[in-house]
Amino acid sequence: MAQNSKVLLQINHMRKCFDDVEVIKDISLSVREGEVVSVIGPSGSGKSTLLRCATMLETMDAGELIYLDENAAWEENGKCVYASKAKLREIHKNFGLVFQNFNLFPHYSVMKNIIDAPVIVEGISKKEAKERAEKLLAQLGLSDKADAYPYQLSGGQQQRVSIARALALQPKILFFDEPTSALDPELTGEVLKVIRELAKEHMTMIIVTHEMQFARELSDRIIFMEQGVIQAEGTPDEIFSSSNQRVREFIGKFQS
Amino acid sequence: MSTTVMLAQLLKGMVVTAEIFFLTLIFSLPLGLFISFGRMSKNSIVKGISKIYISIMRGTPLMLQLIVVYFAPFYVFGLKISNYRFPAIIIAFALNYAAYFAEIYRAGIESIPVGQYEAARVLGYNKVQTFCRIILPQVIKRILPPVTNETITLVKDTSLAFVLAHAEMFTMAKQIAAKETSIVPLMVAGVFYYLFNLIVAWGMERLEKAMNYYR
Repeated sequence: MAQNSKVLLQINHMRKCFDDVEVIKDISLSVREGEVVSVIGPSGSGKSTLLRCATMLETMDAGELIYLDENAAWEENGKCVYASKAKLREIHKNFGLVFQNFNLFPHYSVMKNIIDAPVIVEGISKKEAKERAEKLLAQLGLSDKADAYPYQLSGGQQQRVSIARALALQPKILFFDEPTSALDPELTGEVLKVIRELAKEHMTMIIVTHEMQFARELSDRIIFMEQGVIQAEGTPDEIFSSSNQRVREFIGKFQS
Repeated sequence: MSTTVMLAQLLKGMVVTAEIFFLTLIFSLPLGLFISFGRMSKNSIVKGISKIYISIMRGTPLMLQLIVVYFAPFYVFGLKISNYRFPAIIIAFALNYAAYFAEIYRAGIESIPVGQYEAARVLGYNKVQTFCRIILPQVIKRILPPVTNETITLVKDTSLAFVLAHAEMFTMAKQIAAKETSIVPLMVAGVFYYLFNLIVAWGMERLEKAMNYYR
């Protein structure tokens, strides 16, 4: 990936505690346009918290969060301050998030799930939103499911709908929080295929995953987290041939 | 008294019963939602007041509440309000039922997975949009069975309005029964309450079925 492309996301010295446990300890990270970054690491290493802080589902305790040169959060007198609501609303438009448990709206059809936010939040016409949604559904192989309700779909289909829902807002960055962890291996494949296709289109993505092989083949960069810090960071080749003992142990478990 | 006259009087009472029923629902359902917000508020004063309110409303007899609401303005505040009997009944019923509905709403709202809020937030919905478009519709589906329960209880509770001697069905039935020294009017009233509740249960079942398009 071009080293000179625009930095979309910049995290500086992020810290996050739950009660007295420091889950994120001083993490800095930048993601450039078109990059695919995978975050791997054992359970409880803080990967999901990092993602949740970056998407502002959790507030960080210290650090800076910058989207496309716009400050979402910064430090003032040793305290973490967030931008105004209006500003954050603008910043929110830059990214989308795909959840582990899909979190589709069960009372909405597939189509409504996808068009509701563009119509309500972005304010585009229903017709335009529908056209956008139809394109996405076709792209994700779900054209025949537009009128279905989430409970009628398999897990893999639900996850693809939730990807479509996130893409409908045309985010610049798409976050994935263990997108296949709730799926069996067969369904995992169909979701990974979609993510692969997005990578081909140079969608900027940050993916928390346990799919090592997938992370290896797809990522421009892999981040290995443990105990709230980035233990190792590099290209897939660098990580998979790392001399770091913990990285080797962790990856080894998946390759056996 | 002929049977037809009796039936006519009871039916007249039935209309009043239906009035109390519908007006109570119209006022207590939204009021209950506000009280449930108070009950779930992060502000401990608001939360405390809501809790005390619910506790008193659920912990004292509705009959007593009817009497207090009717007589308090005069005996406590010295106010004379004309034609206050019927409004007093509606106020007491609405205040009482709102407390029960508040707890039903709270149970429903708290049962919605946090992921629904998070998904809405990441998609950029504001709080009002999230509640009205995403949360409330799902809450309504979930709370229909307990709301049906309360609604059926309300049909029967309207008979408590007899303590304020308002001419609803039970008051009428008691008066006729006393005058005619016959239990028949009360039995007939029982049948009317039962029929009313059959309709209510049927309506609520239809509503539940209508919400069954998703799980």
